[in-house]
Amino acid sequence: MLRYFLKRLLSLGLSLIVASAVIFLALEVVPGDPAAYMLGINAQEDTLAALREELGLNGSVWGRYVSWVGGMLTGDFGTSYTYRTPVAEMIGERLWISLPLALYALTLSTVIAFPAGIWAASKRGSAVDVSVMGVTQLGVAIPNFWFAMLMVLVFAINLRWFSAGGFVGWDAGFFAALKSLTLPTVALALPQASILARVMRSSLLDTLSEDFIRTARAKGLSKRQALWRHALRNALIPVLTIIGLQFSFLLAGAIIIENVFFLPGLGRLVFQSISARDLIVVESVVMLLVLAVIVVNFAVDMAYAVVDPRLRGRR
Amino acid sequence: MSLLHIEGLNLSIHDTPILKGVSLSVDAGQIVGVIGESGSGKSMTAFAALQLLPNGAQCSGRIDLGGREVLTLNEAHLCQMRGRDVGMVFQEPMTALNPIQSIGDQVAETIMIHDSVSKREALERAADALRRAELPQDKFPLSRYPHELSGGQRQRVVIAMAIALRPKLLIADEPTTALDVTTQAQILQLLRRLVDEEGMGLLLISHDLAVVSDMADQIVIMRQGEVVESGPAQWLLRNMQHPYSKALLEASTHQPDRAPEDQEEVLLEVRDVVRDYTIHRKGWWGGTDTFRAVKGVSFQLRKGESLGLVGESGCGKSTLTRAILGLENVQDGEIRAFGQRVGRDFPNALRAGIQVVFQDPYSSFNPRWKVAQLVAEPFHLMTQRPADWRARVASVLDDVGIGGDAMDRYIHEFSGGQRQRIAIARALILRPDIVILDEAVSALDVSIRAQILDLLAELQEGYGLSYLFISHDLSVVRSITDRVMVMKAGEIVEQGQTDQVFDAPQHDYTKQLIAAVPVLPAEVTQGGNDERTEPVV
Amino acid sequence: MNGGNRNLWIGAVLTALFAGAALVSFLWVPYDVASLDIANKIKGPSASHPLGTDHFGRDILSMIMVGARTSIAVALVAVGIGMGIGVPLGLAAAARKGSLLDELIMRGNDLVFAFPSLLIAIMITAVFGASALNAIIAIGIFNIPVFARLTRSGALSLWTRDYVMAARVSGKGAARISFEHILPNVMNLLIVQGTIQFSLGILAEAGLSYVGLGAQPPIPSWGRMLADSQTMISFAPHMALFPGLAILLTVLGLNLMGDGLRDLFDPKLRRARR
Repeated sequence: MLRYFLKRLLSLGLSLIVASAVIFLALEVVPGDPAAYMLGINAQEDTLAALREELGLNGSVWGRYVSWVGGMLTGDFGTSYTYRTPVAEMIGERLWISLPLALYALTLSTVIAFPAGIWAASKRGSAVDVSVMGVTQLGVAIPNFWFAMLMVLVFAINLRWFSAGGFVGWDAGFFAALKSLTLPTVALALPQASILARVMRSSLLDTLSEDFIRTARAKGLSKRQALWRHALRNALIPVLTIIGLQFSFLLAGAIIIENVFFLPGLGRLVFQSISARDLIVVESVVMLLVLAVIVVNFAVDMAYAVVDPRLRGRR
Repeated sequence: MSLLHIEGLNLSIHDTPILKGVSLSVDAGQIVGVIGESGSGKSMTAFAALQLLPNGAQCSGRIDLGGREVLTLNEAHLCQMRGRDVGMVFQEPMTALNPIQSIGDQVAETIMIHDSVSKREALERAADALRRAELPQDKFPLSRYPHELSGGQRQRVVIAMAIALRPKLLIADEPTTALDVTTQAQILQLLRRLVDEEGMGLLLISHDLAVVSDMADQIVIMRQGEVVESGPAQWLLRNMQHPYSKALLEASTHQPDRAPEDQEEVLLEVRDVVRDYTIHRKGWWGGTDTFRAVKGVSFQLRKGESLGLVGESGCGKSTLTRAILGLENVQDGEIRAFGQRVGRDFPNALRAGIQVVFQDPYSSFNPRWKVAQLVAEPFHLMTQRPADWRARVASVLDDVGIGGDAMDRYIHEFSGGQRQRIAIARALILRPDIVILDEAVSALDVSIRAQILDLLAELQEGYGLSYLFISHDLSVVRSITDRVMVMKAGEIVEQGQTDQVFDAPQHDYTKQLIAAVPVLPAEVTQGGNDERTEPVV
Repeated sequence: MNGGNRNLWIGAVLTALFAGAALVSFLWVPYDVASLDIANKIKGPSASHPLGTDHFGRDILSMIMVGARTSIAVALVAVGIGMGIGVPLGLAAAARKGSLLDELIMRGNDLVFAFPSLLIAIMITAVFGASALNAIIAIGIFNIPVFARLTRSGALSLWTRDYVMAARVSGKGAARISFEHILPNVMNLLIVQGTIQFSLGILAEAGLSYVGLGAQPPIPSWGRMLADSQTMISFAPHMALFPGLAILLTVLGLNLMGDGLRDLFDPKLRRARR
């Protein structure tokens, strides 16, 4: 088990390094002269030189990369060109909106999807199964931000159960903060849950047709017992893969959905920075989001080892 | 009173009749063997007894199990019955166990389902059941996982689960079909011992008449959902009435007519061949392990002869085959064919002289290609496909007994036996000198197998072929080869004239192999050899 | 008509509806989407404007027809990129399983998977500005590992088949085998996945346009129509309803087609066996 953990950890580290290199290349090397890019064509030469000096663009590509990574490891994400504040500060508060939103949505979608998928698979062909399939068929096709807009229309504007936007802040209390995140979370979670429920259902159906389930029935287990004790855990393995993959979509979805609810998260920050051509901010935000995805996938890998003993111990 | 008494069982699945009026019974301490080819319904009879049938199944008739009428029981009672009154062992041991649960837990579960005992006690009893199945704890702790066990060992775990509660009846559906000959002998011995010691009844289902004749007290022969004939084993084997039974017996002991024409010319020479595999150990720092699959093998294949290569799985015969076909290079030693060295750079013109027929008729062909294209594929070895290629394909298909109208059809329209004929046609299209038959009849039903062996004998004479016949099935090898080699763990432990090796084996392993093979009683095999099998393709 | 076929037909009809609308829009639209008609702004559905008008007086039905072009074109080309690059990579990786090439391709896949297409789009637009082309590239790049991984796993299971060995005995090399034997037999998988990626591409394009990273004005796109409608949703819900429905129905149609195709391909293969 330890070997597996260490191998995965090493893999995580390597992925981070390569990802950071890609981001760096894309945003600092490809534009050619980032200073000229940021200031525009009409900039004066001395302003350009000053900016280059300030951004440390005069070093070699390799040197700049190393100092960027080194900076990040010590918490220094550089200074935003447009706002003249340390990027770390700007990101800090916003991260605590985007990440919890994505995680909240992941939890909610799992909590809804698993029972739905299991129920549908155990009652294959029945009215329950058909309805689950029907609802999820709609759920996977619905754009989550549009769904969010409709929810705002119904629940915030017409019914006034929730506010139409904005975030009260974590200082207002854990549950108050969660409440203001609820509409966006539901908007994110329901389409996601639809995908997950279908995957759960099909994985479970596949597992139920395997030989070892027949062996279990021959031992005297009822269909229900065979499903819960044998099929489910085996069926979970492919589902975990999907959850890992889906987290990256959820994070992207969270970024987009912030627009509907005027949440001051990373989304607003990064889109404004793109318009303002503030590459420093964009760089850091993208790096952090990729980090989140890679870490979640690492967690999924660990979960595999818990579920599947073939991965731990001797081969 | 019988443990199991089936009478007039009819089964249909989605209105397709599967079983018609099946009757049989098993008494305590009795082994009843059910023999049938694919599609005979033998497995379905077993599933019907446990009511583990697929959706859409309708049963009628009587199934009496330990005094209870199975067809009238509700699901809850059936669950109580399964595992406690009757245990079942299935065909595929590799997939029969839950891969993520330890063997101790799986066996203990059988106990905990039926008796309310503590987990600790269940595990103790599980250990006992595993021991009775010859998996003692000191070598096989309860915490082992299925992926750490071989096929034979997994089958023993399945047997342990089935006998854990000491049921009166055990049903075994082709329990040894997927296992090696020596492992098969051990498992059958185990089953026999359990029957003797515990007074169980055993319903043994198989396609192998020899296996059943060794073990069973009663034999039931099934064909296409009906019981064709049944009776006491030894008596039935000598007094078969039904034409199908007789045909089956004949096919099981079939010896094709061969007039071996042994010439002196050596076509293929294998000398001290060594073949290593590098296994990349996973991980960034893992190096490579080397596994020696073939450890210095030497032999010759002469023109016109039929040379057998016998060995169990993992002995290296597939690796050797690939090296002979020039698909892989050898690490040491030499293979020479037609005077030239064989390797990845073997010239195409000479490759045309060595062709191959594979085991699985269902994966030997690209499902999207038509038969003509499939048979003509070897023409790729020639610099240019001949203009009359279609005529040649038609001609060779004719030689193997497939009509010319097959050329524009797809392979899925043909049965297993027909597909093997087409595979043979593909191997012969270039008129090779050597044909390697890699378990070419192992996946076929017994009656089809007999026909294909006849065909191979005919073709050998007609085309002047030399065969390298690879198989794990000793009785087949005995009937079709002149000389035979026995392979174990990458080495040839014995070779010589077939009859000599089989009648007077020298090496211990050969003796072990031959002793493990189930054989029909001698008087049975003597009679009925002149009858031709009716075409049942 | 069994369930699978029904899915296929309904899906095909829905998809054809929107594809058809996009094609027709090249020849004719009810109202010119480039001209503004402020006098008629924010009118609900009526006889002259079946789906109403937007805040500039533009006819929503016409905008949806023209917007269909963007969504479908972007998603389609992105699938093309994914398949065109991903499938050969997957075939090569499977043909040389365990080699350095295989490792590189797998690691490359994993790397791209860490970057959802939104992030790729963010990076591209930060440097090159927002446009439909950049949306295509962003979505297309993410499609590559999807197809590479699928092709590789499908191909791997076929490489162990005896007919591949027969081809090798007939002197064929890995490239020829990949093309003649492997590719035709993974085609079914690829077609089904293609329709799925197509539908995901439509959703992705809508998301990107919504936040301003996709096709820029004056090119109409469904996502941006939704963005524009947001502030007016309480008194002009039709502006948000119809573009969203268009997205929903197109994606639904493609998904149903994909499901139907999957059912169509599957049972036949199963029934052919013993």
